[in-house]
Amino acid sequence: MSESGGDRYMLEMQGVGKWFGNFCALYDIDLQVRSGEKVVVCGPSGSGKSTMIRCVNRLEEHQAGHIFVDGTELTDDTKNIELIRREVGMVFQHFNLFPHLSVRRNLTLGPIRNLNLSKNEADERAMQYLERVRIAEQADKFPSQLSGGQQQRVAIARALCMQPKLMLFDEPTSALDPEMISGVLEVMVELAQDGMTMVCVTHEMGFARQVADRMVFMDSGEIVEVAPPDRFFSDPETERTKLFLSQILSH
Amino acid sequence: MTVDRSPPPAERRRPIQKLDVGVITLVILLFAYVVYRVDYVLVYDWDWEPVLNFIVTTDPETGSWMVNLLVEGLMMTLRLAFWGTIVAAVIGLLMGLCRVSGDLFLRMMSRLYVELIRNTPPLVFIFVFYFFISSQIMPLLGVEEFAREASPTTQKVIGLFFSPIGLFGNFLAGVICLAMFEGAYITEIVRAGIQSIDKGQWEGARAIGLSRFNVMRDVILPQAIRKILPPLAGQFITLVKDSAIVALISVQELTFSGIEVAATTTRVFETWIVVGAMYFVVCYVFAVLFRRWETSMPQDRR
Ligand SMILES: Nc1ncnc2c1ncn2[C@@H]1O[C@H](COP(=O)(O)OP(=O)(O)OP(=O)(O)O)[C@@H](O)[C@H]1O
Ligand SMILES: [Mg+2]
Repeated sequence: MSESGGDRYMLEMQGVGKWFGNFCALYDIDLQVRSGEKVVVCGPSGSGKSTMIRCVNRLEEHQAGHIFVDGTELTDDTKNIELIRREVGMVFQHFNLFPHLSVRRNLTLGPIRNLNLSKNEADERAMQYLERVRIAEQADKFPSQLSGGQQQRVAIARALCMQPKLMLFDEPTSALDPEMISGVLEVMVELAQDGMTMVCVTHEMGFARQVADRMVFMDSGEIVEVAPPDRFFSDPETERTKLFLSQILSH
Repeated sequence: MTVDRSPPPAERRRPIQKLDVGVITLVILLFAYVVYRVDYVLVYDWDWEPVLNFIVTTDPETGSWMVNLLVEGLMMTLRLAFWGTIVAAVIGLLMGLCRVSGDLFLRMMSRLYVELIRNTPPLVFIFVFYFFISSQIMPLLGVEEFAREASPTTQKVIGLFFSPIGLFGNFLAGVICLAMFEGAYITEIVRAGIQSIDKGQWEGARAIGLSRFNVMRDVILPQAIRKILPPLAGQFITLVKDSAIVALISVQELTFSGIEVAATTTRVFETWIVVGAMYFVVCYVFAVLFRRWETSMPQDRR
């Protein structure tokens, strides 16, 4: 079974289902993401977007179907889960930085604990990624001393420090003040241009048009439509997609 | 950040109102009446001198000042509370971690411990547990022998930080009893502290592949301990007061000394009022110190 799929894709979800009690949050999700591909997921609130990407690194446990990350199936085994989490970076809506650690220590914790880097190597790597998200000068501050936009860039750098093969973004800009958004999006666009495989839940349609290879539209726990961005925005197939687009594009 | 701003205006104090004056007068009158009644009904001949002599006294030989039984008892109480809090904190930390562990057995065991202690009277617990420690554990550890045979310097150190050498085994039993008892409350403090940390911290840490153990050690506990410290300090004060119960297993702390002084002087009221005042002063001073320390602590960096 585990050989049946996966090795051609960076991420493959087959018939994934997830329930909260009796409530079905995900139903029969099929999704394949190739290496280097950028997928943008959108849909109304409560449609299961977060739940879907959180299943990929087992922050939620799927109860039906199969998930493969770079050919390895996600199982119940703790070691397997931890290995997959190292391959998969995640950026959260509320950053989830560690408030008691400096920016630098936020970045080095994972590599020191899991990749067996020495403190110096980890520091070096941290500075490299902080430069990439353009906040190297903030390395010794604490997260609370940074603006929301800076914090989110730190969070991106923290994920990148693990040198993941796949990055998941869960509405990375929706908790930010409007003037902070562009800085974060810029970093994400650069990351996309560098060839990172990305699955982004976002309602930033400008960003989606710019980087997405495919748009995924979800509603009520199902994937309703998958299309390249030009077709998705100009000529959506389903009524539900049309309605959703008219709502979010109207403001 | 703007720098040069004038400080905020001083907070307006609420002026004393008629009602306050009335209430205060009433309290004073009531107090005066009680004193009067006590004086009148008891026809009690107050005599503080013999009791106060048990706080400090003059050495009959050299004529210099020296502390007496009650102060020694107080020191013992403080040492009990100090070591008791440390041991209880260790127990509480371990048990608190068990309370939130993923392992059902550990969760059940720690739950049982907490419930057992919270739902039995401290006195009963102490009696049962003391019997168990003194008859089983102490001989096993050979503590008394160790204390008796230790070198003079070791004995001096033990005398200074723990208790007079002859009472060491007894002191240890008292510390363990109190720590077992207080550990249950600290367990709950630790559990609450851990659970108060935002779920996002777990997710952020697990998303970079940290194991459960590492998440706990590097991310959750450091934040939780900051929150736990103030209630833990408060628990120290509780322990100062609760330590009175080990008088019943003959640990010679303040209450035990009080019993002795009351018996020798036959000044029962005076003795217990003095002992009560000593407890009060110590606990109050610590409460004030802790409150100061808490407000001076750096605010959560979030
Ligand atoms: N831990 C949980 N327990 C119970 N129900 C949950 C839980 N997490 C999510 N749900 C439910 O599952 C559904 C999908 O939630 P999810 O967070 O994936 O939606 P979403 O598409 O990300 O929405 P949003 O745009 O608001 O973030 C929602 O109806 C939500 O109420
Ligand atoms: Mg969501």
